[in-house]
Amino acid sequence: MTDQVERFPSARADSDVEEAVTQSALDTMARDDLDVLEREGLEIESLTQWQLTRRKFFQHKLAVGSLILLLIIILSSLFAEQLAPYPFDAPNVPDRSLAPTLTDNHFFGTDKIGRDYFSRTLYGTRTSIYVAFFVSFLSTGIGVIVGGIAGYYGKWIDNLLMRVTDLFFTLPFLPVLMILANFWGRGNPIRVGIVLAFLFWTTLARIVRGEFLSLREKEYVEAAKALGASDARIIFRHILPNALGAIIVNATLTVATAILVEAALSFLGFGIQPPFPALGKLISDGQDALTTQWWLAVFPGLTIVAIALCINFIGDGLRDALDPKQRVK
Amino acid sequence: MATFILRRILLSIPVLIISTVIIFWGMTEIADPLSSLRLLPNVSQQTIQNIVDRKHLDDPWYVQYVFWAKDLFTERNTTALGNNPIWPDLKRAAGNTVQLIAISEVIAITTAVWLGVQSAKKQYSVFDYTTTTVSFFGFSVPIFWFALMLQALVTGLFLWTGFRLFYTFGQSSFDIASQGWWAVLIDRLQHMVLPITTLAYVNIATYSRFQRASMLEVLNADYIRTARAKGLSERTVTMKHGLRNALIPVVTLAAINFGGLLGGAVITETIFAWPGMGKFFFDALSQGDAYTIMSWLVVTAIAIIIGNLLADIAYGWLDPRIRYD
Repeated sequence: MTDQVERFPSARADSDVEEAVTQSALDTMARDDLDVLEREGLEIESLTQWQLTRRKFFQHKLAVGSLILLLIIILSSLFAEQLAPYPFDAPNVPDRSLAPTLTDNHFFGTDKIGRDYFSRTLYGTRTSIYVAFFVSFLSTGIGVIVGGIAGYYGKWIDNLLMRVTDLFFTLPFLPVLMILANFWGRGNPIRVGIVLAFLFWTTLARIVRGEFLSLREKEYVEAAKALGASDARIIFRHILPNALGAIIVNATLTVATAILVEAALSFLGFGIQPPFPALGKLISDGQDALTTQWWLAVFPGLTIVAIALCINFIGDGLRDALDPKQRVK
Repeated sequence: MATFILRRILLSIPVLIISTVIIFWGMTEIADPLSSLRLLPNVSQQTIQNIVDRKHLDDPWYVQYVFWAKDLFTERNTTALGNNPIWPDLKRAAGNTVQLIAISEVIAITTAVWLGVQSAKKQYSVFDYTTTTVSFFGFSVPIFWFALMLQALVTGLFLWTGFRLFYTFGQSSFDIASQGWWAVLIDRLQHMVLPITTLAYVNIATYSRFQRASMLEVLNADYIRTARAKGLSERTVTMKHGLRNALIPVVTLAAINFGGLLGGAVITETIFAWPGMGKFFFDALSQGDAYTIMSWLVVTAIAIIIGNLLADIAYGWLDPRIRYD
């Protein structure tokens, strides 16, 4: 075990080692020793679970780097009006089919009617991020409510939920999305988001249900019940905080999946459509000119990869940080 | 075991029926198959009336559903507008898809298992970090974009050198059949390489993560230490004691995936114009043909159910502690 820690690159900082030592020493320390400490004027810093989590997360260098890069991408897309050198869909025929260049700020080149692809990518990123976060919030909300109710109350609600998720699991995911999007969600970002969330919530509902099922049987829940706590108090005070880790990690990873799936839908023509800008649509516009105007497909694609990669690394870091079995190194 | 399989099959039948009912209802409620025909001036009222009679479009949707279900597995299961039977086309598409996914799954599983085992054995080495990065990239890359980039690379190479290494489109060259089976085989492989690479890469990324995690867990188990302590060779320890137990999650995952892949390689097949199930579905949906979509959905759902069942069976077979009674 020590061997692993030694070789792990995000190695512990010295102060943290000391702290870990103090913490474990505390366990074996008798009460008298505590008194001694107090008399000597020494204090033991105690950390809440959230402080521990934050500390663990910030030690995961890859996750922190990803968080910074993601924030830069999100902020620059939110301020697209100010940052984009050109409007989203203003054709400028004299500048058509330009390869990426620094002159005139055509960083990502222009398409065959002269629209600036850097600006288009910025606006497209904004739509994609809006949709992805919307999907994540909506599906997490539905998933937590349904999964929580099923896991806590059990019986027929639980049975119903499991049958519904069974149903979702026998159907091919992307094709069903395409069918739904084709008849209802096509075009508008919010509709596409709702369609995605409609299929995404089942995964989280299953996870939350599982967590609730096992947490419900814990002694502290029993104790709370014996003390006469209401159902709401038990759920929100005693069970939900303990299931929060799994929920947060899943919600984070859902953002990445939603970006990828939305891009795929838009690419196939079943997702967001003009006049709304979307990265998947930008790539499909560039599909016909892959070898002559490679930049049209490459840059929006790289943007998606960058966003999804960042979110996946953040999710990984969060998973490690929220796992109480992993100690602060 | 037999009772377990039987029970699972019996349980999945109502799920299957309910999902077809819901989707059939959805498709008939939202889409009017005749809307495009009514717009055409040269389609006679009689033609439309024939279609209405044949598909019972005057009746409520549940009556239509019963008629659909009755004819489902017969030759009378035809496309919404025309008289074309669906099953022959669907069978051909399924055959093409099976070729594709069988090869890509074999490649994906063997590569991923090897990668996962090696990274677990050399945890936190350069090899481990490289594999991890490449597989994270695999989760994060949009499949369609990856496929397009492969196409661009291969086409670019062709334009540059004039040498056609792989084809980026279709299943076979049109005049190849006359040149003997050897040429046909080579030609087919040249068409298959890119779609297989696309499908395999994404799966390798997922499987190798699972394999690494389960191998790490197994390698830290007590019985591995025991095996080492009694002097077995490192190879026997990792392969016989370690790998056998660490394979369980990946095999399960692959079995679950297989069912989904059979119907689900929509993006890959559409981009590479591979005439399989995914392309079949994409075309049917683009034409708004509810009857073709429904037949496709039934086949795919059955494949997924079989895949899930195989996963459970494999699980019980690989891990003797699990009993299905």
